[in-house]
Amino acid sequence: MSDLTNIVLAGLGGQGVLKACEIVAEVAFRSGLDVKKAEVHGMSRRGGSVACDVRFGERVWSPMVPAGECDYLIALSPEAIQTNSWRLRPGATIIDAAALPAGEPKEKRALNVALLGALSRLLPFPESAWLDALFACLPEKHLPANVAAFQNGRVAQQPAPSAPQRLN
Amino acid sequence: MSEPLFISGNEAVARAARDSWIELATGYPGTPSTEILEHFASLEPVTGARKLSQWAPNEKVALEVAIGASYAGAGALVTMKHVGLNVAADPFFTVAYTGVTGPLIVVSADDPGMASSQNEQDNRHYAVAAGIPMMEPADAQEAYDLTRLAISLSRRWGSPFLLRITTRVCHSSGIVHTAEPAGPFAPPRFARNISERVMIPAFARPAHRRLRARLSGIQKWNETAGPNEIGHASREIGIVSSGVAYLHAREACPEASFFKPGLTYPLPIEAIRAFAASVSRCIAIEEGDPYLAETLRAAGIPVESAPEPYRFGELDVARVRRILRREVSPEPAPAPGKAPELCRGCPHRATFEALRDLRCIVSGDIGCYSLGALPPFEAMDTLVCMGASIGVGLGMRHVLPPEQARRVVSVIGDSTFIHSGLTGLAEMVYNPPPTGHVVLLLDNGTTAMTGMQEHPGTGRSLDHRKTGKISFEEVARAMGIRNVHTLDPTIDPAGFRALIQSSLEKPELTLIVARRVCLLAAADIKAYDRAAALECV
Repeated sequence: MSDLTNIVLAGLGGQGVLKACEIVAEVAFRSGLDVKKAEVHGMSRRGGSVACDVRFGERVWSPMVPAGECDYLIALSPEAIQTNSWRLRPGATIIDAAALPAGEPKEKRALNVALLGALSRLLPFPESAWLDALFACLPEKHLPANVAAFQNGRVAQQPAPSAPQRLN
Repeated sequence: MSEPLFISGNEAVARAARDSWIELATGYPGTPSTEILEHFASLEPVTGARKLSQWAPNEKVALEVAIGASYAGAGALVTMKHVGLNVAADPFFTVAYTGVTGPLIVVSADDPGMASSQNEQDNRHYAVAAGIPMMEPADAQEAYDLTRLAISLSRRWGSPFLLRITTRVCHSSGIVHTAEPAGPFAPPRFARNISERVMIPAFARPAHRRLRARLSGIQKWNETAGPNEIGHASREIGIVSSGVAYLHAREACPEASFFKPGLTYPLPIEAIRAFAASVSRCIAIEEGDPYLAETLRAAGIPVESAPEPYRFGELDVARVRRILRREVSPEPAPAPGKAPELCRGCPHRATFEALRDLRCIVSGDIGCYSLGALPPFEAMDTLVCMGASIGVGLGMRHVLPPEQARRVVSVIGDSTFIHSGLTGLAEMVYNPPPTGHVVLLLDNGTTAMTGMQEHPGTGRSLDHRKTGKISFEEVARAMGIRNVHTLDPTIDPAGFRALIQSSLEKPELTLIVARRVCLLAAADIKAYDRAAALECV
């Protein structure tokens, strides 16, 4: 299963974890890979912990990222790192608000998309694919703030090294 | 073939239903099933077919409406979460006897691991108990394919079908290729058939025999033509698995031979017997109860099941690897996340602060307000099932010493009250405890927990248009409850507290409607009201 990329997005209900997950899955889907996405609803809007998995590659079986196999953890809230540490592969990359320049994102609600901007530098998809997915997944009135957040997140991140590295 | 879609299992079920000429879909909201009906409502109908989507007051009524549509020749779909099938069990068992005219699909969305449920019952047992064939998809593509197959088999065999899905099938998305729509089919038309549709004992006895004959026919078909995926690889290990557990198993043990039945009741027993004989170790990998393993062992097939600890919670790839290694050492517990809580500004907060401060004994119910059991409130003492707050509260009132009985309050939400609270009120009027009783109806104007669905108390239909509206206060008065009060607990918390206090002191029956619209739904509800006002002009 080494050809699979395993991503976990985590945070608190209301932070846009599920939306961010939808965008990542959309990018992989549009690139022609097999993709699965797993999320859990219910209490997700009541401020509790939320996590969502995206996996892509040639053939994805289970929709859930197995324990110890997460390559990238996108943490929208500080405690999401601790809560999901058991899922990380040794040497996994954690992307959280520290990956962004100070004061970013200007629109606080765009934190989810800003972190995707940082993630986008580490995944093998062109920037245009990400922008297409943003346009497909977000309402028009929220696009300008989100595209700006995405690009600021993207600029701040070093391009993918040969092997995933911890950022902070 | 059409362009592939990237959709959830729930959306795939909805699309399959639309493409297979389902004309009426109904249900009651419940995680993880809710989005099926909402997606179905949003889809364009197939040319020539009608398409009705509606929320029912509860799952029993939903299934009865669907049975009626099916008797009349239309295709019908009913959606519910696993515990909803307990409510709908009465018609479920007998529609197995009558059979159906139009296809009838009952969707049970089970919740292993209880992401959002009060238990993790395994509804595969319902298929066996009622004698209703069961289809179990593993992912979104199968949710589409097997829903369509279930509908066509239901049409062919005149049998209702159970579509058993789980949280990870409902809420996982994958790439789905859809197929050409079926049809056209003849429009609904009444055809009298008293001996097959009226289940008095004289007609039910032969109906039971017909049911068993039908199941035997379906099983024979399933042995050779059913949706079974079989892969012969390792001679050492063979895995029998269905649903999402199959996907975990394929990843955990790619070298294994496997047998994956799609139609899991009645099982293709002889085909699995032959498979089991082809490997030296045959193991059933399944979430929940050992249904596959026990059914196969009862048929004399030597199949190993997972050790007992794996009956609890969801499976995943790591747990399946442990099962295959027969590991029973304690599993690492994932770090607990932050618990959900009532939203800031939620009207239920004022209610639970009052109940906490008044030291009430609170018989609770199902909804967002279950969070009243957690800090900082800890103001809920029981929670069993939809509507239980009233009966359980009355039971405690009947037997507790009077000084404790007088502190008992039943707390129930608006949608839950419509679902299962009305008969509780009837009980309260009919068998009133000597100390009286107080029911607190938390009316936030929506089914908040599952994502803001309408119900008969909102006066709006599934698509948020104006329809008949039930008044809780008028119902309670008509049923004979003398003290009926309505107020907004957030506007005058002190007055609200005083009202609960004085109601508890009276040996009378009281219904207090605590009414304030859900914070998350308020803007949408305003928009629906504006749209309705424009339509009236």
